Amino acid sequence: MSTAVIDEAAPAPTPEVIESFTVTVIIRRFDPEVDEQPKWVDYDVEMFATDRILDALHKIKWEQDGSLTFRRSCAHGICGSDAMRINGRNRLACKTLIKDLDISKPIYVEAIKGLPLEKDLIVDMDPFFESFREVQPFLIPSSKPGAGKERIQSVADRARFDDTTKCILCAACTSSCPIFWTDGQYFGPAAIVNAHRFIFDSRDDAAKVRLDILNDQEGVWRCRTTFNCTDACPRGIQVTQAIAEVKQAIMRGKP
Amino acid sequence: MWSWVLHRITGVAIFFFLLVHILDTALVRVSPEAYNAVIGTYQTPIMGLGEVALVGAIVFHAFNGLRIILIDFWSKGTKYQKVMFYVVIALWVITMLGFTPRHLINVFSH
Repeated sequence: MSTAVIDEAAPAPTPEVIESFTVTVIIRRFDPEVDEQPKWVDYDVEMFATDRILDALHKIKWEQDGSLTFRRSCAHGICGSDAMRINGRNRLACKTLIKDLDISKPIYVEAIKGLPLEKDLIVDMDPFFESFREVQPFLIPSSKPGAGKERIQSVADRARFDDTTKCILCAACTSSCPIFWTDGQYFGPAAIVNAHRFIFDSRDDAAKVRLDILNDQEGVWRCRTTFNCTDACPRGIQVTQAIAEVKQAIMRGKP
Repeated sequence: MWSWVLHRITGVAIFFFLLVHILDTALVRVSPEAYNAVIGTYQTPIMGLGEVALVGAIVFHAFNGLRIILIDFWSKGTKYQKVMFYVVIALWVITMLGFTPRHLINVFSH
């Protein structure tokens, strides 16, 4: 009895040790100055369950091999720099926790597919942003608001395109699309999502122009509803839904 | 993803079947004997099993095609696409359970 009381009164003073794991990360490395072909290289890193894949990449770069090359800016899922293929799925490295992966097996990390590989985990994003620019992703109003006034929009009108405003242009969707892998001319889900954001905006008056651009052989009709983009989006945007809505708007001839 | 992969594979398979099918049917214009000879080779157990595969491919392609139409034209289609895929698989299993035993009895009782 007395021991139990003492135990309750004085909890163990030693700080709790957080369990860590040795995780094997296999990265598809490519140095254009040395390698003919990309090659898989494995690294063992000591990680906590709450660490992210980005932390593993940092540990490798800082402690094991400084030549490892990858993009990352904010490291908190906002800038969209570190989209990569983790265990065969497009994810943001900064939003993928070790505890959500099966660490009894190695973790495979490679660059996103469908865009030209430049080095290690970096791809040339120019074709991606070229498609984005082509859909004119900016407000094109035909009238001016009254002097000193704003463009008023109802809550319902704003909600119409709310989902597609969340895009961070990380290219996870476009580079998960099997159509885009084989046909680089296809606009890709990200460009259509950003067109959707303005097509269904009540303040915008250039929906016809954008629908015309997307009513192209390489436009929305390339979409085969594989839903890979919806699964890949780190922001949870219903990408295939947005593409379907643009398809219907083209058939209607108006948003 | 897998519904699309299966849709492609079954689609291409059905295309090649139709190609052969048009050629063998056209043989009747060449000579009825040649037509009979070719059609006769289809009455073997191996072809009977091939017919199970063919019907399986067509049934999946048909049901999944309806699912894709709903995804494109029904406003809630994209939301229920996974459920609809399971429905397609269930309908495929039911159809094949009805077809396969009856067909195989016919094939192997000759």
